[in-house]
Amino acid sequence: MAFQTNELAKAYWRENISLMLKLLAVWFAVSFAAGILFVDQLNMVQFFGFKLGFWFAQQGSIYTFVLLIFIYVVKMNALDRKYDVHED
Amino acid sequence: MDLQTLTYIVVGATFALYIGIAIWARAGSTQEFYVAGGGVSPLANGMATAADWMSAASFISMAGLISFMGYDGSVYLMGWTGGYVLLALCLAPYLRKFGKFTVPDFIGDRYYSQTARTVAVICAILISFTYVAGQMRGVGVVFSRFLEVDITTGVIIGMAVVFFYAVLGGMKGITYTQVAQYCVLIFAYMVPAIFISIMITGHVLPQTGLGATLLDGSGMHLLERLDGLSAELGFAAYTEGTKSTADVFAITAALMVGTAGLPHVIVRFFTVPRVKDARISAGWALIFIMILYTTAPAIGAFARYNMIDTINGPDAQGTLVTEAPTWIKNWEKTGLIKHEDKNGDGRMFYSGDERNEMTIDRDIMVLANPEIAQLPDWVIALVAAGGIAAALSTAAGLLLVISTSISHDLLKRNLMPKITDKQELLAARLAAAVAIIVAGYLGINPPGFVAEVVAFAFGLAAASFFPAIILGIFYKKMNKEGAIAGMLAGIIFTVGYILYFKGIFITPLAENKPENWLFGISPEGIGTVGMVVNFVVAFAVSKVTKEVPQEVQDIVEQIRYPKGAGEAQAH
Repeated sequence: MAFQTNELAKAYWRENISLMLKLLAVWFAVSFAAGILFVDQLNMVQFFGFKLGFWFAQQGSIYTFVLLIFIYVVKMNALDRKYDVHED
Repeated sequence: MDLQTLTYIVVGATFALYIGIAIWARAGSTQEFYVAGGGVSPLANGMATAADWMSAASFISMAGLISFMGYDGSVYLMGWTGGYVLLALCLAPYLRKFGKFTVPDFIGDRYYSQTARTVAVICAILISFTYVAGQMRGVGVVFSRFLEVDITTGVIIGMAVVFFYAVLGGMKGITYTQVAQYCVLIFAYMVPAIFISIMITGHVLPQTGLGATLLDGSGMHLLERLDGLSAELGFAAYTEGTKSTADVFAITAALMVGTAGLPHVIVRFFTVPRVKDARISAGWALIFIMILYTTAPAIGAFARYNMIDTINGPDAQGTLVTEAPTWIKNWEKTGLIKHEDKNGDGRMFYSGDERNEMTIDRDIMVLANPEIAQLPDWVIALVAAGGIAAALSTAAGLLLVISTSISHDLLKRNLMPKITDKQELLAARLAAAVAIIVAGYLGINPPGFVAEVVAFAFGLAAASFFPAIILGIFYKKMNKEGAIAGMLAGIIFTVGYILYFKGIFITPLAENKPENWLFGISPEGIGTVGMVVNFVVAFAVSKVTKEVPQEVQDIVEQIRYPKGAGEAQAH
């Protein structure tokens, strides 16, 4: 294993999981929550000619998905360097 | 030059390009054949993944489905993109670190069991075959409409091209051809969409055109107008849909999780050099997919507006048959648009109630779009080439999974572990060749249930692979008994539910309608419940059976950290 100690390995994994869960919470919020469960309430709001819930379901969720992956990549690369497990 | 000659030239030129790439990128070893030598750049891999993923269904059918389903069509948009978030965050980096060739490889090694491997191989082959049959069919449809050859000839030509680059180049050939195919298909999709968006709303971007005001002088928003038209004509409101919330939720989840569990998508992340690259290539893939997926709902709405406007006329009294535009006449010849003058007034009328006189096939929306918008012939030729590119790229990716499953998972890892690399490569090529022939046969003689089996493929992937892989990475204590029991329970439940309502091979045991469904969830969405069943059974069984051996727990520990991913390993 590349880590100095077992504690470091555990800490790395904990940070990784916490980042993953945060991003997945947003993933759930923009698609299942905004686009499906609360779509009727959000549809009361107008958003650039769209009903907001409809926009999330057919446009907004997809843009957010892309953003989430890129945030994950940047944060994970930083995490790898912090714990010195990055690849060359 | 007439349209047909032009189409021949454009389609012929793209075929020449694919074959050229195949010769340049032929595979010399099993490693090149299975994972392109593990040396594909993340950007190229992202583009190839996008082409691999976007099938004839995405290119030809999806915008049409949304056009007819309105809000309900969102299940495809969210479902077929949201899975990439799961892939990037929960699967791709760890599977890349694990560093084998296939999904059954992971399942078999992680769960230290040939039984687990065999269950996984059967699932992978089943999922891929159901999918590939649909692709060959898509090739046939495009050929028959635009090149006026019959569907059988179309399928055979398509088979020959795929045969050439998949058998010769393996993953390496496929990857670089898919990069070219992505460029062809996205260009072909966007050009008509942009033209039509400008015509209807004055917006260059179809994504903003969807929310814009119409240029017809009414000052109304497009979506507002569609809701109004739907109400007048007796359809459900375009922005609201008719499916229950529970069903929309379940279908979206099944498609997302299914996407993340599809073997031909997962295997793409084995082709990049490092864990870091696996993460970022999922990002690139989704950007390339996003371009098409955010345009599709716009095309759907434009097409719906255009179609109602053309058929019912500006005064909503119906257009005289004698004055019908040429695209209606062209597509009537193929039988995909039908008009039956019920009230005998010599006019066409389209509505959602008893006044309706039109039967319109959903699949023509994208293909007829350039004609509806009266775009030049070269655009129509391009759309034909794009449709074929979408179908071929997906077919090739699936065929590779089938051939790898047979030569690697079944022969090398199971039945004949002593064969050399050369023999294994030969077996892979033979398996690919046989798979193409079977797929072509299914394309020419499609079983009556192609549409049903697509739901099947996603449901199976969601209920079998996804939980097994997630648990394999994130839950060290999951043992082979738990994983196998979970997969079997998930599959049996999902297959059983679909058979119960859809009755493939047997007569359905109950009518397929919401009152009969479990929790109001349709067979399309049942994979979500199957996944939950899998998780629950896996946990329960793992608690009462033997603990995981220490060396397997160490493997799990290893895949969690990026350093030293190395190349994809033979054994």
